[in-house]
Amino acid sequence: MRVELTINGVPRVFEVPPETRLIDLLREQAGCRSVKRGCESGDCGACTVLVDGRPLASCLLLAGQVAGRRITTVEGLGTPDRPHPLMTALVEAGAVQCGFCIPGMILSAKALLDENPNPTAQDVREALDGHLCRCTGYVKPIEAVLEAAARMRVAGEGGR
Amino acid sequence: MSERREFRVVGHSVPKIDGLGMAAGRAAYTDDIELPGMLHAKFLWSPHAHARIVRIDASKARALPGVACVLTHQDVPRNIHTTAGQGHPEPSPYDTVMLDAKVRYVGDRVAAVAAETRAIAEQAVRLIEVEYEVLPAVFDPAEARKPGAPVIHDEPDCRAAIPVPYEPQRNLAAHVDLRIGDPEGAFAAAPVQVEVTCETHYGQHAPIEPHVTICWLDADNRLVIRTSTQVPFHVRRIVAQSCGIPLRRIRVIKPRIGGGFGAKQEVLEDLVAMLALRTGRPVKHEYTRSEEFVSSRTRHPARGRVRLGLARDGSLQAIDLEMLLNTGAYGSHALTVACNCGSKTLPLYPCPNVGFRADSAYTNLPVAGAYRGYGATQAAFPMEVALDIAAEKLGLDPVELRRKIHIREGQGSAVFRALGEGKSGVEQRIGSCKLDECLTRGAEAIGWKEKRGRDRNTPKRFKRGVGMCTLMQGSSIPEIDMGAASLKLNDDGSFNLLVGATDLGTGSDTVLAQIAAETLDVPLDHVIVYSSDTDLTPFDVGAYASSTTYLSGEAVRKAAAIVREQIFAVAAGMLGLPPGDAAKLRAADGAVHAPDGRRVTYAEVALHALYGADQHQIGTFASHITHASPPPFAAHFAEVEVDTETGLCRVVKYVAAVDCGTAIHPRLAEGQTEGAVVNGIGYALTEELLFDQHGRCRNPNFGHYKILTARDLPELVTILVPSYEPTGPYGAKSVSEININGPLPAISNAIYDAVGVRLLRSPFTPERILRAMREPAGK
Repeated sequence: MRVELTINGVPRVFEVPPETRLIDLLREQAGCRSVKRGCESGDCGACTVLVDGRPLASCLLLAGQVAGRRITTVEGLGTPDRPHPLMTALVEAGAVQCGFCIPGMILSAKALLDENPNPTAQDVREALDGHLCRCTGYVKPIEAVLEAAARMRVAGEGGR
Repeated sequence: MSERREFRVVGHSVPKIDGLGMAAGRAAYTDDIELPGMLHAKFLWSPHAHARIVRIDASKARALPGVACVLTHQDVPRNIHTTAGQGHPEPSPYDTVMLDAKVRYVGDRVAAVAAETRAIAEQAVRLIEVEYEVLPAVFDPAEARKPGAPVIHDEPDCRAAIPVPYEPQRNLAAHVDLRIGDPEGAFAAAPVQVEVTCETHYGQHAPIEPHVTICWLDADNRLVIRTSTQVPFHVRRIVAQSCGIPLRRIRVIKPRIGGGFGAKQEVLEDLVAMLALRTGRPVKHEYTRSEEFVSSRTRHPARGRVRLGLARDGSLQAIDLEMLLNTGAYGSHALTVACNCGSKTLPLYPCPNVGFRADSAYTNLPVAGAYRGYGATQAAFPMEVALDIAAEKLGLDPVELRRKIHIREGQGSAVFRALGEGKSGVEQRIGSCKLDECLTRGAEAIGWKEKRGRDRNTPKRFKRGVGMCTLMQGSSIPEIDMGAASLKLNDDGSFNLLVGATDLGTGSDTVLAQIAAETLDVPLDHVIVYSSDTDLTPFDVGAYASSTTYLSGEAVRKAAAIVREQIFAVAAGMLGLPPGDAAKLRAADGAVHAPDGRRVTYAEVALHALYGADQHQIGTFASHITHASPPPFAAHFAEVEVDTETGLCRVVKYVAAVDCGTAIHPRLAEGQTEGAVVNGIGYALTEELLFDQHGRCRNPNFGHYKILTARDLPELVTILVPSYEPTGPYGAKSVSEININGPLPAISNAIYDAVGVRLLRSPFTPERILRAMREPAGK
């Protein structure tokens, strides 16, 4: 079947079997390797992408289900040269250990900050709750998201 | 050995050198490449806990369009080995072959398929016909040790590779014992005696990236293995052994790794390698989450009995520790985890009379292996609960009892010499120990004095309590582990640092770059790190035994010190100084400075050496082994709240005060601590692999194997207490494993403080807590 998606701002067209999941389309056909496969059952959060701005597990979605929607992965948020403030804050906080869960966390944190530029620690915990991380114990990721929020407010970028 | 001084790069929390690439989602992990014509592999797993394969017919699978290769035990070489990724000769028994005619647990390998797509591979696996003769199975390690129990390894070729006790006909995978002084005599004379038995359960590492391997044959027909491993050099050696091909034909590449925690210290790549060898095409194999839970590796469940004999003033007169480990169907790490039960707990409390015995028994359950903590987790539980009981009997504060008996700087322990890993240990004296300060600062941070014993005798429904423990680990395996580094100077004054050391997400590439930058006096971004590629980087045993910073870090420091001398020698010539005057030079900011104020930059030195006079490559190799394994120390404090109606225990606050020597990168050291503590709390409260009566795992998924999430997090306080380890690079020792050992005993002791019952069987589920409260004498 033919699936049209806007991936990181670029309209794309894919021809895929109807059972193709969004995660596989993104990783194998769209080149978005940031979308990580950790459980394929929607439990770990590593494959999270933004669908029209909402964080969703791409392993639980068929590509056809999200036809016509805007998909955002971290490739669309920044690069090592021009990192998103969340990326910088996470690295500076020491929140990136193995890094496997980080792209998904960044997207859920972005969705949170888009809605609520001034979150509490509890808000951040709840936003990151669907993301399993075995390395950090979550302390530094939570600190980092709060720090990024503060920096983005200062930079007036909270709503971007 | 490095001098204690003010550091420029070491001790600073620089941005992790690979952090932004990961955060920006750059392709980096094993599965992030796609090779032309790549096949997908799936394995057929045993549905039986113990069975012989009477007949296996893969003809239908082979006939399925899109199937490139099917391998059964009839199609592969039988080369007995161990999957434990350890140094040569491995202390784990040789009891594994690529595919066998017998299966020993539900989830054991039966066959493998490589096909054009994953779906075809899955379909082909279902088409393999297998007739099993089901054998009686045994799931309890004590039952497995009884006469008449099913013999799990009755194959004639299984054996120990080193001279250690190994009796497969009695399901004994490993045994270790130790006796110092006269424990029984001392127990008879000791006025205060404590005995406690604790039991731990099956847990799994649950790295968020499962095991992934891609194998292909390169243009020269060499086998390239790109794999999520902690031990690339052991993978090369053991895959060569299992496949029966020359080691020189194999190149192992370790890309970024999505966590390992010991699970990836296991060599499981051989079957994927064989599929690539047979098909000549690239083959990828990725464990599903349920396969990761069941068929990768787990933590050895253990029964541990501790006896303490004490004088009335609390001084220790005798310790006896007896451990029975369940190694599952194969003896991976069976001996060394058993050894570490003693060697990573007993030296913490010097005592003239010590007894220690540990057995690892085979059962028909999933295979145990290396898991962060590595025996110390299992043994610290009964040891630290016993000390809590002892303190109560003696009328002493548990903090003060430990303060009185813990090992101190300058002290040794007969256990260090007696207990190594598969051989005798190495005598050592403690060069750094700030455990006293850990106790003081940790107690203060948790509010020990105010919170202790507050709720137990109240009628409250929600009762809070505090408990604590002290811990030690090691830093590398002395006189066994070796790490090496190579360093070369580039035209622009930058350096390539090549290390065998294996960054599996820990940040060791960054830590090693810091050590090089500190030694060379250059900015961190002048050190370009490439790690763990068996064709390109020097050898390293890999990321295990809390070794990388301490062992590989010193190899890097040595290499950098040598290169610095080489740079000075060239600079002396450029500055027209006699060779003897090189000692008067000093390095700063990537340049060499003469006493008269003249300077040449490293870039100028490099250009001179590469293109000017006496042309040569400035660079070197350096290797390091250690003659000590300096323990990091920690004091952990837990505050819990127990719902006396439901039995639910919640950790309210947790304090880890840690002496890891110089923290080369404080934030990463804190991160190691926080990650280990949270994993430990999960293991203590919620994480448990459950099995039915047939040995089938009932909960191999994140929905039913509950690891903690951000919302479950207690208030977590990490205190790095500085010390300086004289044998480590810039004073460093290890930090990665120790902190996973605290939650079991600290939480058990806190529950006792809250509600007056001892939880001696993990995890501390509401059911167990409630049962213990209703039957105070029971367990």
